[in-house]
Amino acid sequence: MVFNSETMENNIIKVTVIDREGVAHELEAPTDMNMNMMEVCKSYELPVEGTCGGMAMCASCHMYVESDTELPEKSEDEEDMLDEAFFVDDEKSRLGCQLHITPELDNLVVKLAPVGE
Amino acid sequence: MIETDILIIGAGPTGLFTVFEAGLLKLKCHLIDSLPQAGGQCSEIYPKKPIYDIPAYPEILAGDLTDRLMEQIKPFTPGFTLGESAVSIDKQEDGSFIVTTNRGTKHKAPVVAIAGGLGVFEPRKPPIENLSTFEDKGIEYIIKDPEFYRGKDVVISGGGDSALDWAYFLANGVAKSVALVHRRNSFRGHLDSVQKVMDMADKGQLNLITEAEVVGVEGGDTLSEVVIKHKSQGEIKMATDHWIPLFGLSPKLGPIADWGLNIAKNSIEVDTFDYSTNIDGIYAIGDVNTYPGKLKLILCGFHEATLMVQSAFARIHPDKKNVLKYTTVNGVNGF
Repeated sequence: MVFNSETMENNIIKVTVIDREGVAHELEAPTDMNMNMMEVCKSYELPVEGTCGGMAMCASCHMYVESDTELPEKSEDEEDMLDEAFFVDDEKSRLGCQLHITPELDNLVVKLAPVGE
Repeated sequence: MIETDILIIGAGPTGLFTVFEAGLLKLKCHLIDSLPQAGGQCSEIYPKKPIYDIPAYPEILAGDLTDRLMEQIKPFTPGFTLGESAVSIDKQEDGSFIVTTNRGTKHKAPVVAIAGGLGVFEPRKPPIENLSTFEDKGIEYIIKDPEFYRGKDVVISGGGDSALDWAYFLANGVAKSVALVHRRNSFRGHLDSVQKVMDMADKGQLNLITEAEVVGVEGGDTLSEVVIKHKSQGEIKMATDHWIPLFGLSPKLGPIADWGLNIAKNSIEVDTFDYSTNIDGIYAIGDVNTYPGKLKLILCGFHEATLMVQSAFARIHPDKKNVLKYTTVNGVNGF
């Protein structure tokens, strides 16, 4: 692979995160750092807990996908965890930690789910 | 009253390793943890997950890491108060502290090390407006004594092992009736737990309501019915004596947040010189603390614990000389 400024630039995608106050944050996310949406939110200090660290073992990075971006299917682990989450929308709910930053996610729009007590 | 040199709040990896480093300095330790077993998140949340960043272990399961730490600290005979959470702290005239748990167990020590990780694990509560009105008046998040439900109508929510196992147990001649309400058609519990519940539902011994969730609770002095929202059938009202929502646990910093410590971002601020907090004699190590450059890693917790006990030693024995000892020279001399 040839590394030049153009490919470097291509390693960044744009995603939009709407916080719980309804404010949209346009973020740049690197595709070559093995990151996921939970981590991207944390790196911008958005209020996403990510309690379990990204193992799909809590639901503190629950978010709604608002764009029609094609996403990989939910794993059994993710389905199971969403089962125990609250405010779940069957069509839109995902765990941010299971959305890996790939070029296909460019222009993704997500909204942070409310947090329970 | 339990007395020790260093009272450690939290028996996760950082708390456990503190016992070792303190032991090398001849300091005794006692640990308090709200969970019924040692290991913290490693044993409660991900015992079967491999960890790859423990030095010299290319791969180790979180549960095995806990076992090895327990083995490593064995010579130093630490005490444990498990299944109880630290609630209050009182500074004594002699500078020591008395820490009391939710069950009233008292611990006295000149040094308190908070290694509380993300906090105390508490049941996750569904977002229903008047939920608190019926807490302990028909709504319980933990089943303490199954006999409590004898002859009663019970609704259980959740799709994990605890929901399945309790539904099966209570439907087996304990409760008068059991309904299990779950959001999906499939369950995340162990296959045999799922099968047992399915079999009971087929025989009509248990009311299995899937693709549904409890969205409301109603009653007078005590709970009398739950409102269930079903995907296709809409809202169903069901009379019941008890509703037991079993949606797992999530950590909360809890009462420690009210101990007068400087808190930032849900963590305790410390001085990286010795991981001391703003209260003389109280330290915070591992995931529970924060400082510029903080990384929430087990290996960083180990480092923090090691430096912290040096400072704790100076506080406990201000006139005693102490020098770094290598375990390769003297070995490990327990108590």
